[in-house]
Amino acid sequence: MTEGDNVTAGDNKAPGLLMAGVGHRYGRDPVLRGLDLEIARGEIVCLLGPSGCGKSTSLRVAAGLEPIQEGRVEIDGKEVARPGFSVPPEHRRVGLMFQDYALFPHLRVVDNVAFGVRGGDKAAKRRAAMDLLARLGVDGYAQDFPHVLSGGEQQRVALARALAPHPVVMLLDEPFSGLDRRLRNQVRNDTLDVLRELSVATLLVTHDAEEAMMMADRIALMRAGMIVQSGSAVELYERPESAFAASFFGDVNIIDGTAEGGGVITPLGTLAAPFQDGCRVRVFVRPEGLGLTPEPNGDAADATAEIIASHMLGPVSLVRLKMDGVDVPVTARSENGGRWKAGQRVRIRLDPARSFVFPASQEI
Amino acid sequence: MSEIDLSLGRSPSRGFPWLPRSRGQNMRGWSALAIFVALLVAVPILVVFGHVFVPAGEVWRHLASTVLASYIVNTLWLVFGVGIGVFVLGVSTAWLVTMCRFPGRAVLEWGLLLPLAVPAYAIAYSYAGLFDYAGPVQTGLRDWFGWSRGDYWFPNIRSVGGAAVVLAFVLYPYVYMLARAAFLEQSVCVIEIGRTLGRGPWRSFTSIALPLARPAIATGVALALMETLSDFGAVQHFGVATFTTGIYRTWFGLGDPAAASQLAAILLAFVFVLLVGERLSRGRAQFHHTSRRYRELPRYKLRGGWAALAIVACALPILLGFLLPGGQLLVWVGETMSESSGDSLGGRLWWHTANSLMLAAGAAAIAVVVALLLAYGVRLNPHPVAKGATRIAGLGYAVPGSVIAVGVLVPLAWLDNTLDSWLRASFGVSSGLLLSGTITALMFAYVVRFLAVSLNTVDASLAKVTPAMDGVARTLGMGPVATVARVHVPIISPSLLTAALLVFVDVMKELPATLILRPFDFNTLAVRAFELASDEQLRAAAAPALAIVAAGLVPVALLSVAISRARPGRAQGKVSL
Repeated sequence: MTEGDNVTAGDNKAPGLLMAGVGHRYGRDPVLRGLDLEIARGEIVCLLGPSGCGKSTSLRVAAGLEPIQEGRVEIDGKEVARPGFSVPPEHRRVGLMFQDYALFPHLRVVDNVAFGVRGGDKAAKRRAAMDLLARLGVDGYAQDFPHVLSGGEQQRVALARALAPHPVVMLLDEPFSGLDRRLRNQVRNDTLDVLRELSVATLLVTHDAEEAMMMADRIALMRAGMIVQSGSAVELYERPESAFAASFFGDVNIIDGTAEGGGVITPLGTLAAPFQDGCRVRVFVRPEGLGLTPEPNGDAADATAEIIASHMLGPVSLVRLKMDGVDVPVTARSENGGRWKAGQRVRIRLDPARSFVFPASQEI
Repeated sequence: MSEIDLSLGRSPSRGFPWLPRSRGQNMRGWSALAIFVALLVAVPILVVFGHVFVPAGEVWRHLASTVLASYIVNTLWLVFGVGIGVFVLGVSTAWLVTMCRFPGRAVLEWGLLLPLAVPAYAIAYSYAGLFDYAGPVQTGLRDWFGWSRGDYWFPNIRSVGGAAVVLAFVLYPYVYMLARAAFLEQSVCVIEIGRTLGRGPWRSFTSIALPLARPAIATGVALALMETLSDFGAVQHFGVATFTTGIYRTWFGLGDPAAASQLAAILLAFVFVLLVGERLSRGRAQFHHTSRRYRELPRYKLRGGWAALAIVACALPILLGFLLPGGQLLVWVGETMSESSGDSLGGRLWWHTANSLMLAAGAAAIAVVVALLLAYGVRLNPHPVAKGATRIAGLGYAVPGSVIAVGVLVPLAWLDNTLDSWLRASFGVSSGLLLSGTITALMFAYVVRFLAVSLNTVDASLAKVTPAMDGVARTLGMGPVATVARVHVPIISPSLLTAALLVFVDVMKELPATLILRPFDFNTLAVRAFELASDEQLRAAAAPALAIVAAGLVPVALLSVAISRARPGRAQGKVSL
């Protein structure tokens, strides 16, 4: 079996979407600088990053809406773009969904979905559209115009419309940010189920770390046009490889210090810091990395602090603390909800597994 | 949310649905065409401005020493009078219909737009007939009190004051429309917070609602004043010497295009002061509504005397701006119809109507096509040059018709003469006048003048087709042509019709440019009405004037439908307008 024979459309071994060394600039501003990304069919990858890091541009390059300037794009094993060559978006078998859904205002819901169905007469297209609408639970609105639908309903219609032509790759640009929190969870789960079931390679763009953790099989953390770290939610949360990854991917307490003899001494205790002596470092501690014990219990060697305020958040409490001899308050997440009171004295035990040390020269 | 908008806005390829690859040549070619058209449309304005630098001739010195001062004084008085008039009429009626409840409010809210259908010259003709010495008002007073000539004082309608009054009564709807929209847009919350902070209804109006609506009101007043500056028919009929009448007189009476252009340039300076003033007053005051909560306005219920007062305040502008002039024209038409039993007048009226319709339809079609060309030019390639050129092309609406006429005629005459002398020198034949004094010249002037009307409408409708929709259509398997056919055309076509209608009616009403540029012995309704009124045959002028008013009712109806839908927070109607 030679490799050449093997690369045909529908081959499940080829990645649904492959982007290799993609570079792009608007005028003189580089937006993408050598982006590499691979998504298997049925896999959901979240492209996560702050505003302006190039997330949306990479999605547009994948769709063929933006010409590629460097690198290449493959869909289902077939090259669709390299510099000077671009399969137009209508021949790429990608589905696209925007934050504002971009439903066609002049078409009824059913015709919006039937718009992209290939082959068959009008009745067949409508039947296919109705099937999808029914599957997503919005067939009751088939004859309505989009503007009368609520945000969640519009989202489902937009999803049905994007799925109607059976795309290999699904590109979602912040598709849930227009919805309120409650609705968002529901719609998110439904969307995921459908995408997995149809084994579509899904690329989802978001700036919300929590959303990425909820949705993704894999998260690609992006910054300034490059992917800085990629992996599962657990990997990114527990083993960030940079100061940026540590701080973008969850709440952190930040403590400055200096490396000495392979370690850094902080008011909370000593942590391993494999850097040159005298190197300025920054310690990132997750709130759950601070274990609290009421005084006088606990280890006498631990740091002491006074509770400024405690907020019960259901199963956990968020506790703000003023450590003795340190001006900046720190925040701890404690599982014993509601037990803490302002003014109470506590000891703090640092969990090294939830603490990360990076050189202070790294940008957050 | 803002993130997506940003990245799309910055992206150079809002040029969907065109292919990324072929974008280069296609889009550059299109943009070049758009810029060329925009410049062509800007030529008349540039020509007039260019005359500021031409050395003054004998005629100009004569004008400057005799009539120029009176032109300026009259124009300033007109602007002052109309400005105050439209502000008071427009803002007070808008406030009453949006914030109060009283019997007949809904009808009055709609009816207050009606005077927009009446061209200034039509109200001038009818008021001249009504309030002249021999008119029904003064005759009635004399009969009632037994006075005779010289016994009493009656304000002369044929004066600057009279002109300001009639103009204010037909131009206040600009302020009314925009102020009303601004009041409606204001979140109720803002006003309610004002009330809780201790402002009474009146104070919350003056300290919150009015300042918030100020940019809209300033725009409305500026629009009304631009119409005032460009008015020719009303001031000419009332014998008030202004720049527009001066241009006409200098052109035809003294036959001096240079001096006429210089007068036009001064008038243009007035217009630009207005434009700049309007920009400044809006300037940084782009109020964004921070509150997204909209509710039905808690209208103050007016009772008894107050309700009656509100009804009178809102009914008076309709009565004086529409019913009275319209009624007078109708009465005259009735009288002439019964007197002249089928003479040639009726037949000629049909000819004039046909001419008007032909010109208006032609100009409307061209204006919409050009607007489409420019709007897509900017969409395909939002380059600053293309945007700037389009903006210049839209400036014509601020420029008075007589100025545009001069700006069109001067270069066309030069072109004709150059061609003619070249042909005579080379081949011994004369080409005569090929362009000036033709329908082509007239159409060109109309497009220059009214392009902004179609451009705004087309732009607004094209904005409804978001770049995201293009992207979705493309990924759903549509090529660029199919995307235009199946997404763009259905969404924007109702607006194209609206744009065409608005230009159509504006051309029907247009007088000074038509008067100056029309081919010899070519009459339209507006020109015929003007000629008859100039000969003091007011009753005969009524028929063509009334036909124009009737045509003007069409956009008023469109407007009233559009603004009744445009309440934020209420689901937008289907895609139309």
